[in-house]
Amino acid sequence: MSNIHSVILDKDKCMGCTNCISHCPTEAIRVRHGKASIIDERCIDCGECIRVCPHHAKRAQSDTLDMLKNFDFTVAVPAPTLYGQFKDHFSIDQILTALKELGFDDVFEAAEAADIVTSELKKKLKNKKEKVPWISSSCPAVVRLIQIRFPALLDQIVRIESPMEIAARIIKNDIYPEKKNIGVFFISPCPAKITAVKKPIGSKASSVDGVIAINEIFLPLHAAAGNLEKVEELGRASYWGVSWARSEGESHSTEWPETVAVDGIENVLKFFEELENGKIKHVDFIEAMACPGGCVGGALTVENPYISKARIIRKAGKLIEEDRGGRLKPDSHAVLGMDTDIQPKQGLKLDVDFKKALEKMAKIEEIANELPGLDCGSCGAPTCRALAEDIVVGTAKKNDCIFVLRDEINHLTENLAELGSWMPPLFSEREEKE
Amino acid sequence: MALFSKKFDIDSNDPMAYGQASSNFKKTLKQLGIPSPIIKRTAIAMYEAEINTIIHGGGGSGSVVIEDDHILIIFEDQGPGIPDIELAMQEGYSTASSEIREMGFGAGLGLPNIKKNSNGLDIESEPGKGTKVTIRIDL
Repeated sequence: MSNIHSVILDKDKCMGCTNCISHCPTEAIRVRHGKASIIDERCIDCGECIRVCPHHAKRAQSDTLDMLKNFDFTVAVPAPTLYGQFKDHFSIDQILTALKELGFDDVFEAAEAADIVTSELKKKLKNKKEKVPWISSSCPAVVRLIQIRFPALLDQIVRIESPMEIAARIIKNDIYPEKKNIGVFFISPCPAKITAVKKPIGSKASSVDGVIAINEIFLPLHAAAGNLEKVEELGRASYWGVSWARSEGESHSTEWPETVAVDGIENVLKFFEELENGKIKHVDFIEAMACPGGCVGGALTVENPYISKARIIRKAGKLIEEDRGGRLKPDSHAVLGMDTDIQPKQGLKLDVDFKKALEKMAKIEEIANELPGLDCGSCGAPTCRALAEDIVVGTAKKNDCIFVLRDEINHLTENLAELGSWMPPLFSEREEKE
Repeated sequence: MALFSKKFDIDSNDPMAYGQASSNFKKTLKQLGIPSPIIKRTAIAMYEAEINTIIHGGGGSGSVVIEDDHILIIFEDQGPGIPDIELAMQEGYSTASSEIREMGFGAGLGLPNIKKNSNGLDIESEPGKGTKVTIRIDL
C-alpha cells in the first residue's frame, strides 16, 4: 500500500521516538514495535514528519533524473520555490538553462501556469456568485486535510487545477501536441505534490509523468548552473507567478481586497476550525499553505525557508521591469478546471454503522477519562484520546499506557503483600467479629 | 436513555478556550460519520450558543446528547438573563459591550443564526437568574 503515499519510513534509521506522532496533523502515525508506522487512510503527505524527524528516518519517494531516458522528449516544470534555493546572483534564466543542461529538452515554469490560474481566479472573484470564501486548491496537502478533517468545506475549494497540472496540460496540448512519448517532470518542493501526481485529487489522471524532489536535483543543478556557456532567455513568468512560491504570493496576485493567507499546517487547522464555526467573515479567498512561509518551507527543499522567501521576493521583484509574457495561446485547448469531484475521506470514521459508531464513541469517552491526560506519547499514540480510540477500535490495549500499567502493578503488589501476610484462621490471632 | 451524552464546563475567563466545546463536539460528529451539512449547521449553532454563554452569561455549563434521530445541545448560565426574548431574536439587536464587539463578537446575529441553522430552538430565561438554551438538530 505504500505506493499511494510519497512519505516513507526508513526502518533502519527510525529510533521509535515520538517526535513525529505528536506533530502529525491528522494523527496518522503510531509507534509500534519500536518503529513509526503510518496509517495510510489518514496520511495527507504534508511532510511534517519529514521536517521534525531528528534521525532523518522519514523521507519522500522521489523520481530521479534516470527516468528521463524513458522518454523521447522531456520537459521540466520547476516550482518557483526552486529559484529561492539559489543565491541572488543565479538568475531565473540561469537556473532554467541549467535544467536543460541536466538533460531536459525544454522547461516550462510552474510560475507561468500560476499566472494563468491567477487570471482565472480574478475572473471568478469578479463575478462571485457562488458561496465564498473560496479556498485555494494549490496546496495538495491542504486539500487532503480538508478531505479528512473538514469535509464540510470541500465545496468551497476553487475548482481550478494546480499550476503544476495546468503547466503539464499546456505542454502536452498546446506547445508540443505533435510529440509522442513526451515526459513532463515537476521539480517539487514537497511530498504532497509527488502524491498529487500518483493519486490526483480533482482530476482522473495527472498529465505529469514524474516528480523530482528539489533536494534530489539540487547538487547537480547547482553545479550545472555555475558552469553554463550561454544563458538562454527561458523565463516567462511574471512577478506574481514567481511570488506563488511564498505565502501571500497567491492571494496578493488576485489583487482582490478581501483575501487572507494562512501558512503552516497547525495554523491552517486552527483557521479551518474557525471557518467551519462560521467565525471567519468578510473574506472571499483563502490561500492556505501547509508549510511555514508557503512552498519555500517545503520538506524537500534545501535552503532555510525564510532565506528562500527573501530571495524569491528579490528575484520576483526584478520581473516587474522585464515581463516577457506567458505562452498560453488564446485558442488553447488546455483545460484549467478539475474533472472529478473531491470526495470526503473517511479516515477518522469509527464505524460505518451509526449505532455502532455511537457505542464506540461512548466507550472512547469512558476510557479517555481514565487515562492520565498527559499526552506523553509513550504508548505510541499522539494523545491519550488517540490511545482511547485505538483501544476501542482494537489496535491497542489499555496497559499500553505506562501509567495504567504502573497502577496495575501497584495494585498487584499491594494484593501480593496482603496475601503474603495472610494467615489461615487456624494460626491467626484474629478476633472473631461480633 | 440517550445513545451518547457529554457534559462540559464553559469558562468565560479564557479567551483561548472560546469555542472549545464546539470544536470538540464537531470532531466527535465527524468520527461518527454524520453527514457534513449537518455537522456544519451543528458547528455554527453550537459555536454561537457557546459564545453567548461566555459573553452574556459569564460562563456556565453545557451538554450534548445524541439520540436516534436528533442531536440536542444545551447551554445553561447564571447570568443576567434575557428580559425580552423576542427582541433578542431580532437580527442586529445586541446588548454586548463595546469591548466584546471589539473582539469581533456581539454583532446581534448569534440567536438568529442559531435559529437559522437548527431545527428547534428553545430559550428559557429569567432576568437576574440565568438562561437555558436548548438547540435541536435533526439527523
